[in-house]
Amino acid sequence: MDTMSSTQLDLGTLSLREVNRALHEMTAGEVAVTNPRGAHSVAAGLTTPLQVTIAGHCGYYAAGMNQLADVVVDGTAGVGVGENMMSGSVRVRGNASQSAGATAHGGLLVVEGDAAARCGISMKGVDIVVGGSVGHMSAFMAQAGRLVVRGDAGEALGDSIYEARLYVRGRVASLGADCVEKEMRPEHLAELGDLLARAGYDDDPASYTRYGSARGLYHFHSDNAY
Amino acid sequence: MNHASHGLRESATFDRATIHAIQRAASTGVYDIRGWGAKRALPHFDDLLFLGASMSRYPLEGYRESCGTDVVLGSRYAEQPLHLDIPVTIAGMSFGALSAQAKEALGRGASEVGTSTTTGDGGMTPEERGQSRHLVYQYLPSRYGMNPDDLRKADAIEVVLGQGAKPGGGGMLLGQKISPRVAAMRTLPEGIDQRSACRHPDWTGPDDLTIKIAELREITDWQKPVYVKVGATRTYYDVKLAVHAGADVVVVDGMQGGTAATQDVFIEHVGIPTLAALPQAVQALQELGVHRRPDGVQLVVSGGIRTGADVAKALALGADAVAIGTAALVAIGDNDPRYAAEYEALGSAAGFYDDYQDGRDPAGITTQDPELAARLDPVLAGRRLANYLRVLTMEAQTIARACGKAHVTHLEPEDLVAITLEAAAMARVPLAGTSWIPGTTSGF
Repeated sequence: MDTMSSTQLDLGTLSLREVNRALHEMTAGEVAVTNPRGAHSVAAGLTTPLQVTIAGHCGYYAAGMNQLADVVVDGTAGVGVGENMMSGSVRVRGNASQSAGATAHGGLLVVEGDAAARCGISMKGVDIVVGGSVGHMSAFMAQAGRLVVRGDAGEALGDSIYEARLYVRGRVASLGADCVEKEMRPEHLAELGDLLARAGYDDDPASYTRYGSARGLYHFHSDNAY
Repeated sequence: MNHASHGLRESATFDRATIHAIQRAASTGVYDIRGWGAKRALPHFDDLLFLGASMSRYPLEGYRESCGTDVVLGSRYAEQPLHLDIPVTIAGMSFGALSAQAKEALGRGASEVGTSTTTGDGGMTPEERGQSRHLVYQYLPSRYGMNPDDLRKADAIEVVLGQGAKPGGGGMLLGQKISPRVAAMRTLPEGIDQRSACRHPDWTGPDDLTIKIAELREITDWQKPVYVKVGATRTYYDVKLAVHAGADVVVVDGMQGGTAATQDVFIEHVGIPTLAALPQAVQALQELGVHRRPDGVQLVVSGGIRTGADVAKALALGADAVAIGTAALVAIGDNDPRYAAEYEALGSAAGFYDDYQDGRDPAGITTQDPELAARLDPVLAGRRLANYLRVLTMEAQTIARACGKAHVTHLEPEDLVAITLEAAAMARVPLAGTSWIPGTTSGF
């Protein structure tokens, strides 16, 4: 397979299966996927350090389970963009639908617009930076990693959260069960500054509030019944 | 003391177990969590009988004529379907719920007789992959340890919507079993009481499932069979929706199916018996034209399979294969009487032990305690499982030959009758000695 730069894969003429197989066989280089037209699972399952740009809007699971590749969605992304990502990066130039970065273990997901409900649900180590706001139930059962929201967060942020750290600049509609506001210590200001810089933003980390687990639901007892 | 001879009468409504449950709830304030599956009496395969060959049916010679047992699972869309030598598979059980030794034993036993084993809610261990010739990788709501590399290493993928012990509920693993290794695999703090999600985080409903299955196929380049597993509830509809969503194989787990840790109230009161679910699943597959076809959708049934007779009855009713969980654990050493004193020290007894959530299993199976786990020899336990699987297979063959079938999957509902009205209605076979199928035919 051609590994030279500027390979183009046109979803207007190739099937999704052909495009993804071609991407799976490449080991390096730059690829432009054109005419996605809302197709699902575009560039899902990549395993090599490709530089992929998807020129247009994607359906569900764009760059799902990504490993090592850097994928840019030059449009909006449907449900579960970058779901279960292990490494590499995914950047959405527009808005993202529900469950962005769901269960992802690693890598960096940047949504330049807004992300809908359940952003970072069950996240397991990924870093997510959202340029706009996130919807309700974001970071539900978030286990590890960091979620940065430059705008506002919807209701029940961080419900049943484990050890993930959440940073929100705007207003939080409400916190979910066992999620509490926490002190911004120097190490948090430093890691937030680093995350913002990696995502291409230069906000003052001190303008953010940190949220995380009160660790009150970690053990069953009669007062923990919800 | 013999209570009856003293004129004492136990309440059928408030029996001693019920009274104890009320007392336990009152003293602890927490619901009872336990392992195993439903313990109540339910209509089951025991309520069915085979007719056997007679004047109008020819039996096959038990020791001379062949009776095939092989099955192919996943031939609908997958480029690499599973070819199993026997129609009995090992159900999903997690590393975490079980010790690494127990998982290895399951892999060894299954591989020895050419069948598959299955991961669980907690990811794939190298020991398990290494010892399993055919390994099914579960894709669960929690996605603990979910790794695309493991997805590609698997021989099949099982999207789990639910299990028979708790349809609608997520997994549980109490702190005693969250060892450093288990915690690391699941990205959780050590020692916490873990509650798995009950819904998938990135899809909802059958239309989304179609897209999710397509994603899993894209990621694995359409090589692996994709199973969909449901707990038995609205089985007719669930199976139809799973087929429409693109499943290669549908797994239906009845309420007798086991669990490592679930609320007792959930185990005993949610879901329907395996016998009630199986014919619904077959009807759904038949109506869609995918039952028992080379490019069709295979049906795997689990929940209370114990003997070759159960296997034969499930196949006769239309399953392509069965899965065993509890029986496999018993085969490798669970509830072994040689640990009788230790079970009693835990407030239980050999034959009753179901505190799999507790992590103190004397047999070293449902534990993460290194000393207890070391009691289980994976090689010996694997051999015991292989023996048991062979017996199940030979028993099923014995019945199939007696019914004149050259392959165990040639057994059919016509070979069966029921001995209770309930079983006749659920299994949709006649009450023995009559032509009456309650709900289907009008009488004699």
